[in-house]
Amino acid sequence: MNFNRASEKLQILADAAKYDVSCASSGGNRKNTNKGLGDSKANGICHSFTEDGRCVSLLKILLTNHCIYDCAFCVSRKSNDIQRAAFTVEEVVELTINFYRRNYIEGLFLSSGIFKNADYTMERLLRIVKKLRLEERFNGYIHLKTIPGASEELIQEAGLYADRMSINLEMPTEAGLKTVAPEKSHEDVKKPLHFVNQHIQAYNSDRKLILSTPKFVPAGQSTQMVVGATPESDLEIMATADQFYKAYNLKRVYYSGYVPIRQDSLLPSIGTPPPMIRENRLYQTDWLMRFYGFRVNEILDDTHPNLDPEIDPKLSWALRNLHLFPIDINTADYQLILRVPGIGVGSAKKIVAARQFGKLRTYQLQNLGIAYNRAKYFVRCADSPFASKDWQASQIRHFILSSSQNKRQSPQQLTLF
Amino acid sequence: MEIYVFDDTFEGFLTLIFDWYNRKPGSITVSSAKHYHPQAFSQTYFIVTDPEKAMRVATGLRKRLSKEAWRAVYCTFLSERLEAYEHLFGFAVYVFSDVSQAESNYGNEHVLFVHQMARKVEREKHHLEAFVRFQQTQDGMYYAPIEPKYNVLPLIAGHFRGRYADQSWVIYDHVRKYGLYYDLQRLQLITLDFQRSHNFDTPARISEDHHEEMYQLLWKDYFKSANIPARRNLKLHVRNLPRRFWKYLTEKQVLD
Ligand code: SF4
Repeated sequence: MNFNRASEKLQILADAAKYDVSCASSGGNRKNTNKGLGDSKANGICHSFTEDGRCVSLLKILLTNHCIYDCAFCVSRKSNDIQRAAFTVEEVVELTINFYRRNYIEGLFLSSGIFKNADYTMERLLRIVKKLRLEERFNGYIHLKTIPGASEELIQEAGLYADRMSINLEMPTEAGLKTVAPEKSHEDVKKPLHFVNQHIQAYNSDRKLILSTPKFVPAGQSTQMVVGATPESDLEIMATADQFYKAYNLKRVYYSGYVPIRQDSLLPSIGTPPPMIRENRLYQTDWLMRFYGFRVNEILDDTHPNLDPEIDPKLSWALRNLHLFPIDINTADYQLILRVPGIGVGSAKKIVAARQFGKLRTYQLQNLGIAYNRAKYFVRCADSPFASKDWQASQIRHFILSSSQNKRQSPQQLTLF
Repeated sequence: MEIYVFDDTFEGFLTLIFDWYNRKPGSITVSSAKHYHPQAFSQTYFIVTDPEKAMRVATGLRKRLSKEAWRAVYCTFLSERLEAYEHLFGFAVYVFSDVSQAESNYGNEHVLFVHQMARKVEREKHHLEAFVRFQQTQDGMYYAPIEPKYNVLPLIAGHFRGRYADQSWVIYDHVRKYGLYYDLQRLQLITLDFQRSHNFDTPARISEDHHEEMYQLLWKDYFKSANIPARRNLKLHVRNLPRRFWKYLTEKQVLD
């Protein structure tokens, strides 16, 4: 490999791929059974963190930033005046293997602009994953972007070698997408998502009968929506996410705060800061849906179409439902304890386990590692005074906000409620 | 109060528990040899590590604990903290008192401590699995120096063995002066002598014919290009990537 050329390509093609936020290497389970290189575990590993604080777990690159399309939000679009580059199949394989051997990465995230046509591009992606798996005996994680419009045979074959496949919705609604990328549509995304999902289900049920059935996209599918480029509300965003989770069994939906990359009347102007707090709130809501048993409509509805930037969605929900609180920590259902602001899945489980040894008192609850300053307005312990103060929602909100003011954490961090 | 001193090994610690039950001296202070300072008014009892006694205590604990709780005991031990030994001792006594489900009584201070300390050690293990950086040396072997906060080398061995089955590698703990060596067949513990004979004391000589330097530079290129300056957040960066790991992180080595 020629170092100077590889270095130049890497800089161009990593730079172009970085706006894709999906980076997780989770859900893989590819054991090293062939004395080859690598294995993937269900919990991915972040091997590094960029200076913007995002996780680096995969070598995330484009095969090429040449593209025949012209989506307004994309750096690789045809009309953009930038330097173009394309990796060879061998270069991608060599980089992946050598980075992996040094424990820099968990695997490869490969995406691409569309050169010539969808199939030509998809075919190249396929050659890379086949070479990695079959020639290099690589068992690390591979996340492959499906090229919209590629033929089903190619997608199906790629699915035998990739751990995860994804295809981006880009904008949360069809209308939003049409304004910035007239050539694209949600339908183009739904078709391959549906196709791959059907195959995952089919291979899974075959595996129950015959164990030697190969794995097909074992880590499932994901998608991504750009947030803040077009005017959708948080309700519209989460409703779309919910619908796609259900219809296609997605493993993850990612929300990517739009970073303006050029002056365009259709898009927020250069210098507009990316909506990082909003992005964080959307992830929290997503989390509440997947792990806390919340339905979208409990958190967002027509009277509250947008998430509160100042407080997290769980606290916000609790303040609107004060009639359900305070709950008794020593008798309440696990599901209800989960809904207390300041209590996460881990501490809810500990509470339920510990209270079997006797009624929990306040100091014990505090020791369990919950955010007690937040939770205290919503719970009662064995030693809580009988008549607790009846605070108004606005008062509680004020107390919590002012107590967290000093230690205010960076908006990007996902606080664990 | 009598001070019980064991030899810093897990077996020694388990023997200590055995001996305490045997001698029934009432309450004691627990210390490992490394932490031990003689005290004027206390008697000291030095444990003689005995594999058979250790095994009996281990069996007894395992019978009364879930797999997770037993692992938590081991992890807490690997923290090498003096107060961890004290709490582990208290935990063991509590477990042997035959309370049912003792391990999940998080209202008990020893149970809670073991649980929380084990989590810290597991986090360190996870950090190491992420932040180990191998360099290929001239003889083709991959070498990684580490300086973990807790003694997590035993915990990460399986991970790296499963992952790098087709390359030989060494991970060397420079704080505790021992390492793991995988030779494509077996995993071995190696100590200072081995390290000297292989010249690992001075930074491993980087291989030129294996393009080691080129891949390091490419990785730095990648690291820089993956950053989005508009989202720069150094506080978060440092929280996720604690400074104490930078010394050995290829991507944090600034070019001279
Ligand atoms: S098709 Fe994909 S790569 Fe091409 S311009 Fe649109 S978003 Fe960018």
